[in-house]
Amino acid sequence: MSGDALNQAQTRSWLPWVIVIAISAVLIAIRNDVSWLNKPPAEILPIAEWVNVYMDWFVDTFKAAFRKLNWLLNWPMGWAQQFLQWLPWPVTMTGFGLLAWLAAGWRLTLFTVLALFYMVVTGYWVESMNTLGIVLVSMPLAIVSGFFIAVMAYKSPRVNGFVQPVLDLMQTIPTFAYLIPILLLFGFGPVVGVVASAIYACPPMVRNTILGLQKVAPEALESGLMSGASRFQLFWQVRVPSALSSIMMGVNQTTMATLAMVIIAAIIGGSADIGWEVLSKMRKAQFGQSLIAGIVIALIAMMLDRISWGFTDRSRAIARAHLPFMQRYTPWFIATIIGVVLFWLAKLVPALSVWPEQLEFYPAEPINNALNYVTGTYAHVTDAIKKSVLFFYLLPLKVGLTKAISPFSWGITFEPWMRLAFAGIVALIAAGYLVMGKWRRAVAAVVVGAFLYYGITSMPWPVIILVVTLLAWQIGGVKVAALSFFGWLFMLLSGIWPQAMLSVYLCLSAVLVCLVVGGGLGIWASQNTRVSNFIRPINDALQTIPPFVILIPFLMFFQIGEFTSFLAIIAYAIVPCIRYTEHGLKSVPEHIVEAARSMGTTKRQLLWEVKMPLAIPEIMLGLNQTIMFALAMLVITALVGSKGLGQSVYIALSSADAGKGLVAGLGMALIAIIADRILQAWSERRKMALGMV
Amino acid sequence: MSDTVKLACRNVWKVYGDEPDQFFKNGSGIVSDIAGTFAHIKDTGHIGAAANVSFDVHEGEIFVIMGLSGSGKSTIVRCLSRLVEPTAGEILLDGQDLLKVSEKELIDIRRHRMGMVFQSFGLLPHLTVLENICFPLKLQGVGSAKRIARAKEVIELVDLSGREDSFPRQLSGGQQQRVGIARSLAVEPELWFLDEPFSALDPLIRRQMQDEFLRLQKLLHKTIVFITHDFMEALRLADRIAIMKDGQVVQTGTPTQLVLNPVNDYVAEFTRDVPRDRVVTAGEIAESHILSQHTLTLDHLTTLDKIMPLLQEHPNGISIEKDGQMIGSVTAQSVIGALANTADAQT
Ligand SMILES: Nc1ncnc2c1ncn2[C@@H]1O[C@H](COP(=O)(O)OP(=O)(O)OP(=O)(O)O)[C@@H](O)[C@H]1O
Ligand SMILES: [Mg+2]
Repeated sequence: MSGDALNQAQTRSWLPWVIVIAISAVLIAIRNDVSWLNKPPAEILPIAEWVNVYMDWFVDTFKAAFRKLNWLLNWPMGWAQQFLQWLPWPVTMTGFGLLAWLAAGWRLTLFTVLALFYMVVTGYWVESMNTLGIVLVSMPLAIVSGFFIAVMAYKSPRVNGFVQPVLDLMQTIPTFAYLIPILLLFGFGPVVGVVASAIYACPPMVRNTILGLQKVAPEALESGLMSGASRFQLFWQVRVPSALSSIMMGVNQTTMATLAMVIIAAIIGGSADIGWEVLSKMRKAQFGQSLIAGIVIALIAMMLDRISWGFTDRSRAIARAHLPFMQRYTPWFIATIIGVVLFWLAKLVPALSVWPEQLEFYPAEPINNALNYVTGTYAHVTDAIKKSVLFFYLLPLKVGLTKAISPFSWGITFEPWMRLAFAGIVALIAAGYLVMGKWRRAVAAVVVGAFLYYGITSMPWPVIILVVTLLAWQIGGVKVAALSFFGWLFMLLSGIWPQAMLSVYLCLSAVLVCLVVGGGLGIWASQNTRVSNFIRPINDALQTIPPFVILIPFLMFFQIGEFTSFLAIIAYAIVPCIRYTEHGLKSVPEHIVEAARSMGTTKRQLLWEVKMPLAIPEIMLGLNQTIMFALAMLVITALVGSKGLGQSVYIALSSADAGKGLVAGLGMALIAIIADRILQAWSERRKMALGMV
Repeated sequence: MSDTVKLACRNVWKVYGDEPDQFFKNGSGIVSDIAGTFAHIKDTGHIGAAANVSFDVHEGEIFVIMGLSGSGKSTIVRCLSRLVEPTAGEILLDGQDLLKVSEKELIDIRRHRMGMVFQSFGLLPHLTVLENICFPLKLQGVGSAKRIARAKEVIELVDLSGREDSFPRQLSGGQQQRVGIARSLAVEPELWFLDEPFSALDPLIRRQMQDEFLRLQKLLHKTIVFITHDFMEALRLADRIAIMKDGQVVQTGTPTQLVLNPVNDYVAEFTRDVPRDRVVTAGEIAESHILSQHTLTLDHLTTLDKIMPLLQEHPNGISIEKDGQMIGSVTAQSVIGALANTADAQT
């Protein structure tokens, strides 16, 4: 105990901060005289080349085998796609309608039918079915392999010890980075999409299944044992069924991940699917067209999500299993009859097999015209918004006030007296905190002030490594500090430092907005049921829709560039901040709230003095999620011209450079993991302090 | 109840920790210095969940194990069915050492000879009442028609007819526990383990379930190990009680023995609030003096609270018989004496 306390006192002291700040000050002062401080070495360790050498060898050795696999996988995919093409659309609709009915009832059936009908009338039926075909092949692959990997990990701690870090990596390495080695091994073609999405979608299945298997109630197992179950029976008849709802949760998440990846894999082309449609229209700046196609993706996503989610609630299936035979299969009979009738009808009425072009509803032109009108008429407004955010928020974070303030941007020059005033204000705040005895806040004020002044991308690299590693050490201990140190070192030595800093800057600037706005919305929603009910479906939709599609509306109004990326990242990453804040505030135990009320707190006091401190750990987990989401979206915004590691991966992809792609991908994963470990540790600390563990 | 020993527990130890085996030279669990070993276990950072536990359970008896939370009750009952592997000691079922049987034999014993009821019911959430009860039979490979017939029988027995197709979460606590009881009875076990089966229920339902339990036992004559931390429950149900503290059995005896002769303050504390007259039986205080004249005769198991009102009409005393034989008599004086004595012992 006392050793622990001692240890804590040492690691959490202010002394290291004074040293680090002093060193940083010196480094910043001499940065213009020592060139390697400002401009990190291009590439000391040619890691990317090593990877490529190894990759070349690997590809040469196993190419034949993988091409065989490609050939093999081509079959089921071909069948699935051709089958979906061959079926008249009303029959497919009936099939999905039945699925929806089994999953959740008539509302979902109605939605499914309408969603599919949208694909018919917009003329995107073929593309949609191609996408669904790929999903339907890779999803079972991901589910089955995920399940068995989970079973192995569950049974053997050694396998588990290997699987867990791999899962961590797989969920943080950006999606594009996956594509490159797969592309090299499998060659171009739609199978790449199948394999990439199966691999990408596997982790949630593995995670949920392991969790489910582990958390089966011990008494259920004991009762199984006392019923005389053999090991095999205990596993398959007690443990697995008891874990089923968790497993189905995995199926749901895996399905969504499959779709997201299938859409992204369209980038390599070769498959006439809906993702490609959106992308190619987007590249040609045909926003109306890409919006119409993007809605198809959103609808497919919602449909798959709702259906697979419906199956996680087992009570429907169970209730049905106890109906008499005829009643149990009534929906099947009805669907079969409708399907058969429609099938034959389609032979008579051609519109039922191929929707006639003249009946298509394709309002791309009107949308484009409207858009042009709006952007034309209100250009000054959009421009003003864009410019002010860029100049007053993004630029200072990126290059620091010292460079951001110029006659061109702010309309003034950054006079020496202003610089002094800024330093004075920072010093004053820090001193104030010191007087109050809050050294941590004082340190934070100094660090934030320095970063604001010099900018993230202009900070000498040793400063960043020192500050983050010290933070990691004080919050998470030696392990987290080591992770941080070697992680940054990797980025430095492999020559991706500048890109990494660009990514950190864009991610950070978006996350800050998410925290403030999302946190605010979360607080509001926790106080007001109406707000909560209003926000929830929007959140759901933003989480379900593949991130790629979220780009479209922002692209329409703000064109290609950093600002569009910034907004898209916020739109995608804000959701966890809202959700966790609301949930954290709402799940403060009732007896504590009552006790506080009985002491006569106002609503405001209740929120800020009682609920907020108790909800902080939860909000921090939300922030953590937000960072993960932001990084995931960051890569995708490379499509619309954001700079940084995402762009590097994207470039590597187009030149099929596995080494560059993996190094940049790993860089993003490292940023994500470092942030994750620090925040997790912080959240744990808070929880411990609150006695919640 | 007979005197045949059905299940014997001999020097059973269960130690949790890194190296539980280090404390025992052999598997017998017999150590020369019990207190020393126990202290050693504690000092090395291990947990002695059960320490040198020995008792016999007779055929057809209800044997209750009592103790405060964490005293090792669940551990010991799980050792008896080998859900928990004891660190040392012997467990004899009909003279056969249960710890030496193979996994296959053990599965067989559990399938046919043991049943267990759990505090939090342990029902499988994805199965209906009927399927839950059929489950052990299904594992044994009993045919579907036969197991459903058997399940219906036990459902009848626990008064749950009509709820066969409900799911556990649709039932109240008391009903869920009936399902647990029915499931454990479906295989017609000889040995029945119940780990605080009624603790999760509210007092009124608990009382009902106890009555139900006694009714079933009258019908079925199982050998029962029943765990509770509620002494009144133990009193109502037990033929004999073992009291545990810190993994050790402190005292074993009939309810009266525990009330009248507690070995230490821990046991006395348990029995403190028990009304003596409802525990002490006529046989235990009867004077050997046989009454000459014809008078009322009562069984030796009659408790004093039942006798006292009768003594008014029979001032000379009441005869006490055991198995049809006169063993003595009680008078108002002897009753008052006995109650006064125990009251003294209490204060
Ligand atoms: N798996 C385990 N690992 C470590 N210690 C354990 C384990 N299981 C039980 N114990 C410890 O063994 C001791 C006895 O536990 P047990 O569950 O047998 O108590 P109990 O008498 O049934 O208590 P309760 O009335 O609360 O159910 C406790 O101190 C408990 O912490
Ligand atoms: Mg217990």
